[in-house]
Amino acid sequence: MTATLAASPRSPARGYWIGFAVVVALLVIAPLVLPPFWQRFVTEILIWGLLAMSSDILIGYTGMVSFGHSAFFGLGMYGAAAALLTIKPPSLWLAILYGLVGAGAIAVFVAYFATRLRDIYFAISTLVFSQIFYVIIFTWTEVTGGENGLTFRQPALSILGWSDRFTPTTFHWFALAVVLVSYLLVRRITRSPFGMVLQSIRENEPRTRAIGYHVERYKIVAVMLSGLFAGLAGVLYAIQNKFAAPDFVFFVVSGEVVIFNVMGGMGTLVGPFAGAAFFLLLREGLSRFLTEYYLIPVGIIFIIMVIFLPQGLLGFLRRRLNA
Amino acid sequence: MDQILIQTLHGLVNGMVLAMVASGLTLIFGIMDIVNFAHGDLLMLGAFVGASVLGVTGNYWLALLAAAVVIGVLGAALQVTTLRPLIGRDPLTTILATFGVSLVLQKYALWQWGPSVRQISEPVRGDFTLFHLQYPWYRIVTAILAGLIIAALWLFLKYGKFGIWIRATTQDRVMAQAMGIPVPLVYTAVFAIGSAMAAASGVLFGPFAGVTQTMGFDFTLRAFIVVVVGGMGNLGGSILASIFVSLLEAYAAIVVSPAQAVIVSFIVLVLTMLFRPTGLFVPTPK
Repeated sequence: MTATLAASPRSPARGYWIGFAVVVALLVIAPLVLPPFWQRFVTEILIWGLLAMSSDILIGYTGMVSFGHSAFFGLGMYGAAAALLTIKPPSLWLAILYGLVGAGAIAVFVAYFATRLRDIYFAISTLVFSQIFYVIIFTWTEVTGGENGLTFRQPALSILGWSDRFTPTTFHWFALAVVLVSYLLVRRITRSPFGMVLQSIRENEPRTRAIGYHVERYKIVAVMLSGLFAGLAGVLYAIQNKFAAPDFVFFVVSGEVVIFNVMGGMGTLVGPFAGAAFFLLLREGLSRFLTEYYLIPVGIIFIIMVIFLPQGLLGFLRRRLNA
Repeated sequence: MDQILIQTLHGLVNGMVLAMVASGLTLIFGIMDIVNFAHGDLLMLGAFVGASVLGVTGNYWLALLAAAVVIGVLGAALQVTTLRPLIGRDPLTTILATFGVSLVLQKYALWQWGPSVRQISEPVRGDFTLFHLQYPWYRIVTAILAGLIIAALWLFLKYGKFGIWIRATTQDRVMAQAMGIPVPLVYTAVFAIGSAMAAASGVLFGPFAGVTQTMGFDFTLRAFIVVVVGGMGNLGGSILASIFVSLLEAYAAIVVSPAQAVIVSFIVLVLTMLFRPTGLFVPTPK
């Protein structure tokens, strides 16, 4: 629908690409100028933003709220852990591959069942599936390490034979590259005919079906895509922190993903990054004097945004961002 | 054999408490199309209020009543402030809003009462012997009490004037309004009743396992499961589903650890949604 709007000669796309280049440039120089704490902070925003963006494919573009993204994220983490613990020498690319396979496999499983259901039922079933995986991971101590999770050594950054240990700066650039590629891919996908069908499912599912699209198939692919990118975020997080823990499969992470989307603006892809940044900044600022009770004011801000600002922080840019 | 008997009792008792939680949730869903993510947290707050009142007065029944009243008022306030502005919007926004409420309530409980487990002492002491097994009277009393409260709710819905208003609103919102029923008031009252029932079940459940600020999520999830399995908005179905699911979990706990037994109810839910999405315990829709 928005594609037709971009047909005007002086398309807003130009402004978009200028803004895009500025933000990317800022992110590239960020680790060189920021102190270590904030450097890590920006890297985390990128990773959580990637997770939130993966969920935006469902929430913002297909109109399905997933409350189970922690499962994909967690399986990405454990997949990476499996590769790094079993394969000698540990390989970065195999870790990513394993994480994607893990997340993708359960995404297929969840998608097959959950996409038969709509609206609230979809939300509940994704939540229930993520809890199933949480219980399995939490109780299967021999394989997953149970409550303690798994720790491993960070793999080296190796590209085409060149190899070096990760420093926080190079990890930031690596994460930035992964996030950029993912973002451009997802952006391309949402603007493709396939993405248009997803958006038409969001706008009017019965009509999309009536036109002749096999809605279920589109939904399954959407959930799988979303799961893959969520798994990728999980792999990055695992490599950054050198562990995989069941806490990250728990519902709290899924809830935060939804918060990022609502705060930043659903259906914009960039919004979830802004939402993640906003949430993490709020947490950072508030938890200094409120410790873990920071969620009380953050929760209230969230409720107020749901009621009064449903399009989120970047919602007013929605048209331009999709240009 | 003994174990099966004990687990049957456990399952029935837990099922009755769960039925009470779920009946509040299903009432709210049936009337307002709201999936209340904060339901378990209202239960948790109710249990804490009950524990505090019990600590001051020493009277369990007073604590039960106080928790129901306080949380009922809180529920009404929540409905007016956060859910009323969302009427007419996508039902998914209400999930988001109640999810936010759940976060706030949980952290508030942590702030107010701390992270440690609170015990609620049993109002009825003593065990009885069934064949040669000991079983605490309190659990039986709880099950009966939960049954009575649900029965009272049912009678209220069936014969009370306000109950008839509520049912009318469920069936046809617009027509109910046209007939002069104050629909916004009905919404608020239903949310208050649902919250009060959650709080009361929290106080009833308290002596079983203690009260913690994280207990809410578990109950929300279980209540969701039985409400879907029993058929959304269907009171009788939710009650049967609560007992069914609790019994299955209790039997599963004989074979695997209780933490893993939860998966059984998840599987029941998924199968129900796939093969009979209208609910297990409702007549087949024509």
